[in-house]
Amino acid sequence: MTVALDILMTASLWEAVLRIATPLIFGVLGALICERAGVLNLGIEGIMTLGAMVGWLTVYWGGDLWTGLAVAVLAGMAMGWLHAMLTVPLGLSQHVSGLGITLLASALAYYLYRLWVEVGDLPPTIAPFQPLAIPGLSSIPFLGEAVFTQMPPTYLALILVVLVAWFLNRTPAGLALRMTGENPHAVEAQGLNPHRIRIWAVMAGSGMMALGGAFLTTAAFNSFFPTMVQGRGWICIALVVFASWRPGKALLGALLFALFDAFQLRLQTVVEGVPYQLFLMAPYVLSILALVLVARRARVPEALMQPYRRGER
Amino acid sequence: MTGGPVLELEGISKRFGALLANDGVTLSLKKGEVLALLGENGAGKTTLMNILFGHYAADAGSVRVMGRALPPGRPQAAIAAGVGMVHQHFTLAGNLTVLENIVIGSESLWKVGMNRDGAIRKIEDLSRQFGLPVDPMARVGDLSVGERQRVEILKALYREARILILDEPTAVLARPEAEQLFRILKGMAKGGLSILFISHKLHEVMGASDRVVVLRQGRVVAERVTAETTPAELAELMVGRAVARPRREAHAAGAPVVVAKALRVSQGGGMALDGVDFEVRAGEILGIVGVSGNGQAMLGRVLSGLARPDGGSLTFEGRDIARMTPRQAVRMGIGRVPEDRHAEGVVGDLAVWENAVLERLRDYARFGFVKRRAAMAHAASLIARFDIRGAGPATRTRALSGGNMQKLILGRNLAAGPRFLLANQPTRGLDEGAIAAVHRELLQARAEGAAILLISEDLDEAVGLADRLQAIVKGKLSAPIAAEAADARKLGLMMAGVWGTADAH
Repeated sequence: MTVALDILMTASLWEAVLRIATPLIFGVLGALICERAGVLNLGIEGIMTLGAMVGWLTVYWGGDLWTGLAVAVLAGMAMGWLHAMLTVPLGLSQHVSGLGITLLASALAYYLYRLWVEVGDLPPTIAPFQPLAIPGLSSIPFLGEAVFTQMPPTYLALILVVLVAWFLNRTPAGLALRMTGENPHAVEAQGLNPHRIRIWAVMAGSGMMALGGAFLTTAAFNSFFPTMVQGRGWICIALVVFASWRPGKALLGALLFALFDAFQLRLQTVVEGVPYQLFLMAPYVLSILALVLVARRARVPEALMQPYRRGER
Repeated sequence: MTGGPVLELEGISKRFGALLANDGVTLSLKKGEVLALLGENGAGKTTLMNILFGHYAADAGSVRVMGRALPPGRPQAAIAAGVGMVHQHFTLAGNLTVLENIVIGSESLWKVGMNRDGAIRKIEDLSRQFGLPVDPMARVGDLSVGERQRVEILKALYREARILILDEPTAVLARPEAEQLFRILKGMAKGGLSILFISHKLHEVMGASDRVVVLRQGRVVAERVTAETTPAELAELMVGRAVARPRREAHAAGAPVVVAKALRVSQGGGMALDGVDFEVRAGEILGIVGVSGNGQAMLGRVLSGLARPDGGSLTFEGRDIARMTPRQAVRMGIGRVPEDRHAEGVVGDLAVWENAVLERLRDYARFGFVKRRAAMAHAASLIARFDIRGAGPATRTRALSGGNMQKLILGRNLAAGPRFLLANQPTRGLDEGAIAAVHRELLQARAEGAAILLISEDLDEAVGLADRLQAIVKGKLSAPIAAEAADARKLGLMMAGVWGTADAH
């Protein structure tokens, strides 16, 4: 017990929590925007992988780190556009299309990587983002080290939570997006085009997902390998439900999952005689428990996963 | 009171495949007028309104608002020209607030930030001005159906509509709510708005409109000033031939078949049925009248074997049926016409023949296999005997019109010769022709000796069919009165819960 408390009291744990949470925050916000507009985007796992590869490759080829992130976003939006075309105007099954996008994007990422990058015994590396201490705030004891000495994309993720929440709840476009996820007929009856809104929402959300992937190769690590997303996309899909489709709660969910993860990593090193695989499982088991406890009362967008066809009810 | 035309439709035609839904429809709406568009289901009313509002583009013809032509197929242009539409199926999002549902689409999508306080003030002003009270911050999913319709109307008014189009506005409302709605609409017309409402209910058209346009099979067949026409004339124009609801003929009832004594059912902490007494005799129709939501649904559930009473007794031919299952009910000879035919009456995606035998599948199965040929033959005989139109045994049931679906449900019950039939709102949403057909079948079953419990909100129907009437109010039943003794005043008092011992029998 005291071991656990000791771990919780270290600033480095909380620093790690925010770092681990960053790709999840991008991913969960992306998935949330798609779903609030009524489209489930199971392409997330592949889009994150592609974002990771494209972002890394841009930097590897001499691009700026921020340019790398921007190119990753564009690649994500391209995949989002494909998913949107299949599911919105054509009205195909969102599950099937999403899983297809995941397979396609993951395979494409690895294919292009092998095509364009010489891989020796060790995968090539880039110079990743370095922690940026916020002047003034970073000298606050504990909090400074835990929160205000992060890599720049982490700050971006936190700002994005506020932006997405504000967009959804306080702008006409955000309201139109939410209404499209609840009742596209109502959107059309008010003279707006629900298809266009869904397509843009899926593209924007997919761009955010790719950003989460790019964080892995440009900040968390410094090289690309094909399995590096490791189910983070699926975790994001679950976190959206956990968060009842709300950005603030999505941040909380991402942090909670990251806390479990960072905690078990540290516990592995101090507790002996327990197979480490059990620790690896812990965050996922706890996530499922949290999901069961929290998500039963969630208000699902009413038109989620329902294709909209004009003139039909 | 009325001025020049604000809305003109000229020569509108629209074809869907082989079906000519609108055929050269021309009509105009004057300022300050309430115009009714009357027609049976399938006459092309809704198609016409969707063209007017820009949901569909017409194949031919033009729409002019205030003398200016509307571009086809663009709802936004219709809204901008001052046309507001209240759809039959509400276009509201239950998870969002009233405010959000109303302001959607009214501001540019590129605007950052919203003027919430201004919007709330405007909604409150409109509510007061037009007598449409509603709380802007309430969640739409928590509102009653009547309140939701107010939100729909406010939505149109918020967008500065000068012309209000309502598609079957009372389809989902109980009678008092509907009457209140028409009062509000008349007030709006006095205030200078122009109103066009679609209906197939004669009493509404007679009571609420200044002028009537009758649509039949996609064509305008007549136009009348409401004050100069009669319901009988309109019914004939609408259907294309004289229709009269069949009349009940007096005959003596037999022994009691279903008897309820002090029946009590609780629901969600309250009592849905609170000490209910009634008996239905062979060859008799007992009508239960009342405003919906007073326990009718629970009464229907108990008599179908879907809910268990907490107290009292319920017998069928002397046997206790308080704890029967739906399957036992079917076996014993209890027929059921449920309140919501889409949700409980049929499975829309199954074929007509499958729905025809679903209740008694064991009679149409051997060794676990469905006897398809026998089942199909049974369905074909129902189609022939009950005049179910537009379908063969293999047609998907969803494709049937409401009236034909109801004939299928009624037919599969009556074919088995039930000794008791529960008919719960049997003609809700049906047009005049289908209503007459359903009434004929019910009276035929009565003549053959079935005991029928009719639950209805439609007083004309209840008085026309039932031998005796009881009112249901807050889970309690009044004492029965003979249909001959029922007049509007007496029934009104009964449905308001005013009944004394003097009124009994």
